[in-house]
Amino acid sequence: MKTKFHFATAIAVLTAVPAASADEIRVLNWQGYGTDLDWAVAEFSEATGHTVVHEYFNSEQEMLTKLRTNPGAYDVVLINAAFTPQAQSEGLIGPIDGSKIANLADVPADLSGNQDLNAGGALHGVPWTWGLTSFAVNTNDFSEAPTSIQVFWDGDFAGKVSIRDDALEAVQFAAIATGQDINDIGDLDAIEAKLAALMPQIRTYWGSENDWNQFMAAGDLSVATFWSGSASRSMSAGLPVQFVVPEEGAIGWLDGLSIPSSSTKQDAAHAFINWMIDPDFYVRWAEEGAPASANAKAAAALPEDAFNKRILGDPAVVARVQFQRPVSAENRETYLELWQGLKAAQ
Amino acid sequence: MSTILANQDRLRIFGLLSPAYLWLTVAIFLPLSAMFYFSFLSDVPFGDTEWTYTTENYAAFFQTSTYATLLWKSVKLGLTVTAIAVLIGFPCAYVLAKVIKGRSREALFLLVILPFWSNSLVRIFSWAIVLRGNGVLELGLNFILPFEVDVNLMFSTPAIVIGLVHSYLPYVILTSYLALQAIDDNLIDAARSMGANKLTILWRIILPLSLPGLLAGAVLIFVPVVGSFMEPRILGGRVGTYYGTVIEDQFVAVFNWPLGAALSFILLAVVLLILAVASPVLKKAQT
Repeated sequence: MKTKFHFATAIAVLTAVPAASADEIRVLNWQGYGTDLDWAVAEFSEATGHTVVHEYFNSEQEMLTKLRTNPGAYDVVLINAAFTPQAQSEGLIGPIDGSKIANLADVPADLSGNQDLNAGGALHGVPWTWGLTSFAVNTNDFSEAPTSIQVFWDGDFAGKVSIRDDALEAVQFAAIATGQDINDIGDLDAIEAKLAALMPQIRTYWGSENDWNQFMAAGDLSVATFWSGSASRSMSAGLPVQFVVPEEGAIGWLDGLSIPSSSTKQDAAHAFINWMIDPDFYVRWAEEGAPASANAKAAAALPEDAFNKRILGDPAVVARVQFQRPVSAENRETYLELWQGLKAAQ
Repeated sequence: MSTILANQDRLRIFGLLSPAYLWLTVAIFLPLSAMFYFSFLSDVPFGDTEWTYTTENYAAFFQTSTYATLLWKSVKLGLTVTAIAVLIGFPCAYVLAKVIKGRSREALFLLVILPFWSNSLVRIFSWAIVLRGNGVLELGLNFILPFEVDVNLMFSTPAIVIGLVHSYLPYVILTSYLALQAIDDNLIDAARSMGANKLTILWRIILPLSLPGLLAGAVLIFVPVVGSFMEPRILGGRVGTYYGTVIEDQFVAVFNWPLGAALSFILLAVVLLILAVASPVLKKAQT
């Protein structure tokens, strides 16, 4: 019995050894999106001995192409849940070993059981963050925040409105405004009409968070679509803006961290993901402005007045959220054509 | 004897020209042919994605009116910007070449080229600061004028035109300057001594003799402006969708390289066609 026990510890030690050896893991993510925070990477290296190198993508298509063309080059990749099934079906990412991610136990079952993250019948992406695509208003122009998305079509704000230059986001935004399911749009004509009516209201499209902040600071805009994580950053930076989740609802998204099937540093990759969903990391990240954490313990650890607790922690708000599902290539093309046609008509 | 000489000449010419041809091959022919190849594929041929040869990308141009509308909009923008740049640039070049002499000419010349030394993105963002409502232009005008004015040109077609004209003006000034400087002052003196007035001198002597330079400048501006995307995107706002921005979207946002490449080659073909139609005029100017 005793020898058996020794044997077991020996195996445990042996299997633990590779994890302790210093690996260099390569992370593929959007630039400036949490995983590349200097202090977080430095502390992770100190704690585990692994070093982290980052590479960035500018669109989901580019991310998928990088995974396809560079097998073995990446160890951790951020994939939006709407793209996880595609990455899984192409064999680009492998299943997650939950036993190597201690913090996974604190992720609520409705997130870890998300059907897109569990593509192929096993967990292929660890729920990391989620957030909303809704809108924010300039508090200089609004004494009280509007409650309806129809404020975008209000003539009082003509020429002071902006939405992001993105076909899918524009179509789903209009789907919410016309009371449709964003993942199963029945009446595309209504959406086209709704967007066509919105166009004269628009001052400019925004492309990046930086754009958005500049336009708001200059007073160019009164109301503009925005991401919840970015809104919390803008508000903590002192911009006079308020994030609104209208009664019609909002678009929700869920980001997961996945491990490419071609990664040779599985242990280090799992360790990094565990680090990234740790409450200690998240609370510090949230101070700088972060999306909502998928880890319930991390969300609970936030101070009471934190943006993510105040707005996204409200069950009534969460009930109005429509989470994005994968979009077929045909629909994506149709939406792009519709959006380009509307832009060209200006 | 003569054949040997001819052979030697041929060898020498070949030797002297080969660096130029090598450069053309590496810098122009290879990237262009790679893009031309891309434009006939059904998908980006990276990794394991399946792709086939297709002409669908070219057909896509004709399937909706979107691309043709935008191309026409871009051509109109090119013509407007070129016309304004010529109207401003030619008199500038004339003053530089014929009126001002000595030291101050060098100083002015430097001022003309100076914008060329800054990054174009920096120039466009500077214009955004100037043209914005409550921006530098509005504050400056309200400081000088006794009445309040509201100048908010940002996110409009005039803003795009201003930005583009400023970016490309030095081309027209430089090419026209060279052509104007080559005109012998004695010709102008002779015309004057025979009783020609200033307008006649401009119309019959200066303009015809400097036309090659002026046209070269105009072509140098027209071609890049038709495909411009950065200036319309930043300065144009809602009205800033042009043919160039759609091509950029295909490469950056949608990741549809084949369609982007096909649209680029259609643009190239249209620009070449416009230049071919204009070539009798260009040729006449050269002689």
